[in-house]
Amino acid sequence: MKKSQILMIVGSLLLLPLFVLPLWNISLEAPQYPTALGIDIYITKMADHNEGDIQNINILNHYVGMQKLPEKMKEFELFPIVIIVMTILGVIFGFIGNKKLFLTWFVLIGILGCIGMYDFYLWEYDYGHNLNPKAAIKFPGTAYQPPLIGTKEILNFKAHSYPMSGGYIMFIGIFMTLGAYFVARKENSG
Amino acid sequence: MRNSYKYVALSLLLAAAFIFSSCQQSGSNNSGALSSSAAERSFVPPGEHDEFYAFVSGGFSGQLAVYGLPSGRLFKVIPVFSVDAEKAWGFNEETKAMLQTSHGFIPWGDSHHPDISQTKGKLDGRWVFINENNTPRIARISLSTFETDEIIEIPNSAGNHSSSFVTENTEYVVAGTRFSVPIPQRDMSIADYKGNFKGALSFIKVDPKNGHMNIEFQVLMPGFDYDLSHPGRGKSHGWFFFSTYNTEEANTLMEVNASQNDKDFIAAVNWKKAEEYIKAGKFKTMPANYAHNIYDESTHTATTTMKKEVRVLDSSELPGLVYFMPTPKSPHGCDVDPSGEYIVGSGKLAAALTVHSFSKMEKAIADKNFSGEAYGIPILSFDATLAGTVEQPGLGPLHTEFDGKGNAYTTFFISSEVVKWKLGTWEVVDRKPTYYSVGHLMIPGGNSREPYGKYVVAMNKITKDRYLPTGPEVTQSAQLYDISGEKMELILDFPTIGEPHYAAGCPADLIKPNSKKFYRLEDNNHPYATKSESKTKVVREGRDVHIYMTMIRSHFAPDNIEGIKVGDRVYFHVTNLEQDYDVPHGISMIGANTSELLIMPGQTETFVWQPTKVGVWPFYCTDFCSALHQEMQGYVRVSPRNSNIKLSWTLDGE
Repeated sequence: MKKSQILMIVGSLLLLPLFVLPLWNISLEAPQYPTALGIDIYITKMADHNEGDIQNINILNHYVGMQKLPEKMKEFELFPIVIIVMTILGVIFGFIGNKKLFLTWFVLIGILGCIGMYDFYLWEYDYGHNLNPKAAIKFPGTAYQPPLIGTKEILNFKAHSYPMSGGYIMFIGIFMTLGAYFVARKENSG
Repeated sequence: MRNSYKYVALSLLLAAAFIFSSCQQSGSNNSGALSSSAAERSFVPPGEHDEFYAFVSGGFSGQLAVYGLPSGRLFKVIPVFSVDAEKAWGFNEETKAMLQTSHGFIPWGDSHHPDISQTKGKLDGRWVFINENNTPRIARISLSTFETDEIIEIPNSAGNHSSSFVTENTEYVVAGTRFSVPIPQRDMSIADYKGNFKGALSFIKVDPKNGHMNIEFQVLMPGFDYDLSHPGRGKSHGWFFFSTYNTEEANTLMEVNASQNDKDFIAAVNWKKAEEYIKAGKFKTMPANYAHNIYDESTHTATTTMKKEVRVLDSSELPGLVYFMPTPKSPHGCDVDPSGEYIVGSGKLAAALTVHSFSKMEKAIADKNFSGEAYGIPILSFDATLAGTVEQPGLGPLHTEFDGKGNAYTTFFISSEVVKWKLGTWEVVDRKPTYYSVGHLMIPGGNSREPYGKYVVAMNKITKDRYLPTGPEVTQSAQLYDISGEKMELILDFPTIGEPHYAAGCPADLIKPNSKKFYRLEDNNHPYATKSESKTKVVREGRDVHIYMTMIRSHFAPDNIEGIKVGDRVYFHVTNLEQDYDVPHGISMIGANTSELLIMPGQTETFVWQPTKVGVWPFYCTDFCSALHQEMQGYVRVSPRNSNIKLSWTLDGE
């Protein structure tokens, strides 16, 4: 088996850790929260970063009228299927060993990734803007949307939004498949 | 002899020196160029943690106070033997059982000597034990929840003073009686004390898994007063040493009549031998009646079991179980050095400190080098066990602790000072005044094989003019000395609660990581727990009404209740649904004849309210929990007895 094929297969297999490792994390820091509150986002669920975090974020957010964090989302059903399909597809492409298929896979996952991020943005927008009109505390004109990626001040909190271990491994995998394409080009020309 | 008056004057001069110039003080000590100011060494910057925990006896408050060292900051007062309205200890339905005894519910106690559990002779930071002197009891406090988990009453005991010290693997926590009494208790003439009263030394087995205590056996002793005790360790592991006074067996005007003998004893009890006798069936099972109270962390509820018998070993009939080592003048402290070789007896009316040698004691026993016997117990020859004497160290020696570097530190009540001396050479190295009349002293781990000899805390009996006055009753206090150098240096005075009889110190790192943050709601097995708002309800059972209530930032559920009638007994079973660190909620009801509840996240507690007046009565959260804490309130409508208003409960009209 060629080096490019191994890269392609291993790269696409690196999507699988997403089933056990979190993809993304949003955390909230404030002086009275010396240990930041955090949500770990998996492809199947949202989970406490530390025990009780989701409940505590919900409690804080209810004062300004934000919704509770969802326990169920259609994305949590869809994401695992997409990941499984893409992994299988990647492995098959790897065995076939065609560099055009490598590139196709890379572009496809890129498009899916963009759709995913857009979907995430839409959810974040709704989460931060769709407020209960009976909220106890109102700051006219203030939205509580967490950043898509990066850090943002929201009232007394500093909100961070960054990939986590599963996400980083996925990115490494994806770039290995791009590498597979370039290595394959070299192998063919050589 | 040192002129003690001159010395007192010198002490006062030194005190003045402390007040006016701390530089002068550190300059007078040989701690070299590295010496920094006292304030700097006890200063813990805002936001930083202390190096040690100190668990300081609350004395006649009945409680145990938690301090940080070297800052002397008070963190928590753990209710143990006395009711505490702030924490509902002894007021809520869950903890009333903790203060049950064979004499019924007792709302107060006199706490004395805390001691931290040990493994292999080293502090393990799992539990702290403390004794109640007045109605003899031993408590075990969890160092994960910092709450009292267990209290066991001690039968056949009175003035539970030579307690609660642990053996080096926490095999036993030991409780000795200060006052001898008729055993079993009976109606008899006090004048017949001599020969008829007895003292009981209790060996309480500690379950290594959960800490549960059980009186394994008692050693029945002659009718002396058993004042203090300490375990053997290392080579002397398996022995326990008790100081005695009133070997005269006087029963009146004790200050004179119990001070006649030139020497009293340190009783050496061979508890390994006692275990053999127990195994061989050489015990008597005596009928008894004593309370064993256990607080269950999962139901947040205490239960009382009355125990009905105790196994007793008679020291006068069982050879090899107990030996007496003559020790001058009513010894008080009885302290064992980290190696287990030296047993220091502080004859409180003596001018010298007596130190016994464990290996000499063993030899004297083997050689039957006895000078007599008392009630069948051999008295070892004084010279045969004597390791040495610290001559003229001060006046009124009480207690000794060790720094693990070959030095001992003894407090002197009358001359009001701490004296540092060397084990083996018995020479006095340094002395520093205390303010005033020091009792116990504590070096973290000072009662173990491995003391952390950086600080000594001296606990004073009186403070007089030392702090801002607060009327006739002034503060209690402790003083912190840096003992890392050759000379001791006073670096801090700090007030304490109650009378600080003794303290136990422990490196913070041994305890801090295990400190619980909150109770997990899913582990809450309280029979009246309500784990979500949807499960809240109000149930009437005749005149008893049970309210299953929850609390979460920032409301109660339900918060409007109707259908209660005058003469009902209303049980508020309140569950804090929070699962966050440091978010307790409180609840109190107008006119309730009890305390507030202060409920930790995940916990359920219950108070009872018996409304006497028709009306609409509010309740509210007593702990400022959140931005909308002031809105955390509710109403109960109380109708006349004959009213037909149906029971109803709502939150937000639902």
